[in-house]
Amino acid sequence: MKIMLLAFLAIAVIAVGSNLILGQAGFSSQDRAAGPAVRLDD
Amino acid sequence: MLRALIALMLTLSFLSTASAQEKAVPDRSATGGAQTLEDIMARQRGDDVDNSFRSDATGNPDSAADTANQLGTLGGASDPELWRALRFGSADITASNNGPAATTLVQDGGMKWLKFREGPLAKYGGDLLMGTFILLTAFYFIRGRITIDGAKTGRTITRFKAIERFGHWLLAGSFIFLGITGLISLFGRKVLIPAFGHEAFAFLAVGSKWIHNNISWAFMLALAMIFVMWVIHNLPHKSDINWLLKGGGIFSKGHPPAKKFNGGQKLIFWSVILLGTSISVTGLALLFPFEINMFAATFAKLNAFGISGALGLGELRETLAPHEEMQYAQLWHAIVSFVLMAIILAHIYIGTVGMEGAYDAMGSGEVEEQWAREHHSIWVDEVMADTQSGSTKTTPAE
Repeated sequence: MKIMLLAFLAIAVIAVGSNLILGQAGFSSQDRAAGPAVRLDD
Repeated sequence: MLRALIALMLTLSFLSTASAQEKAVPDRSATGGAQTLEDIMARQRGDDVDNSFRSDATGNPDSAADTANQLGTLGGASDPELWRALRFGSADITASNNGPAATTLVQDGGMKWLKFREGPLAKYGGDLLMGTFILLTAFYFIRGRITIDGAKTGRTITRFKAIERFGHWLLAGSFIFLGITGLISLFGRKVLIPAFGHEAFAFLAVGSKWIHNNISWAFMLALAMIFVMWVIHNLPHKSDINWLLKGGGIFSKGHPPAKKFNGGQKLIFWSVILLGTSISVTGLALLFPFEINMFAATFAKLNAFGISGALGLGELRETLAPHEEMQYAQLWHAIVSFVLMAIILAHIYIGTVGMEGAYDAMGSGEVEEQWAREHHSIWVDEVMADTQSGSTKTTPAE
């Protein structure tokens, strides 16, 4: 039971972690599809 | 004589090819080469129409009229020819957008995909899950819970170590989340929006997408863990044939002998590994749109090996628009997921309510010795032999 809960906790940690990493890895639609002249953040 | 026969056969084959080609090209002189009423009717009937008379008719710059000429402004291509080139993906396009699919301005595979996704995919996928659920419920009422036949010993054997259980629950937990959020995404427009409205679904859809995209990594990691830890125990063994032929003894008294994993569990293991890998690969293609294109290459292989022909699919298209790659990835991802979900429903059933003593294997990792003897007799003997030899080894010499 303890192991099961630990695994579920790991799922949450991996999900949040991967979201942070992928957000900075340059794979957002903006990074992939918009040219340098496009300023979507501003 | 043989030469004459070969020559005759070659001649006949050329004749038949020629006649087939003649038959394949309809007379379009009345429309100046454009499509005829018969072409349109054939398409509406759903017949295969050879579109090459249109896809190839995209103008010829070499025979362009002079730019000063009335018809010279488009450089040897008329408007319809330009639109055809755009539609069939042969136009030379420059886009300021640097996305991988930016130069695909028209792709008409989308409607086919949408109709399949909303129609057969949702219908048969839903039916499969509901059917599996009904079958399992019926099985429970007919067969009842599979109990431990013999007297319990009160002793336990360690069936799965902590790391094995961790890998299992990492896979199981992520799969359930992925399954539910995947179903929310698929049935959103057809079922959830009509039921709960746009606002509620918008909230649900954003959350589902976040969960589905990010939990996928835990699933892939767990899939690799499970493979490494259990593949050695899931290689085929002669006892599996006997086990499968007797249906695991599910309808009879007593259970066929089995090793650590019985024939049924091995089927589950390989289903999870193969289908899970397929889901992961298509999932990665969807996570990184247009980066991983594999369907055109797969179709080319299926054509080359004659598999598509043998399956009655005809010649599959070997050139796909980037969006079509994504559409096929989504469909395959969903189809394989439905199959795996149905298998896992049965796995969850037998591991919980369906069988006494089964849950302990993944709960505490310790199983009742009598349960183990009934379901995995060969494995118990191996464990006992190991324990005895281990204790002999560790006994200090006197």
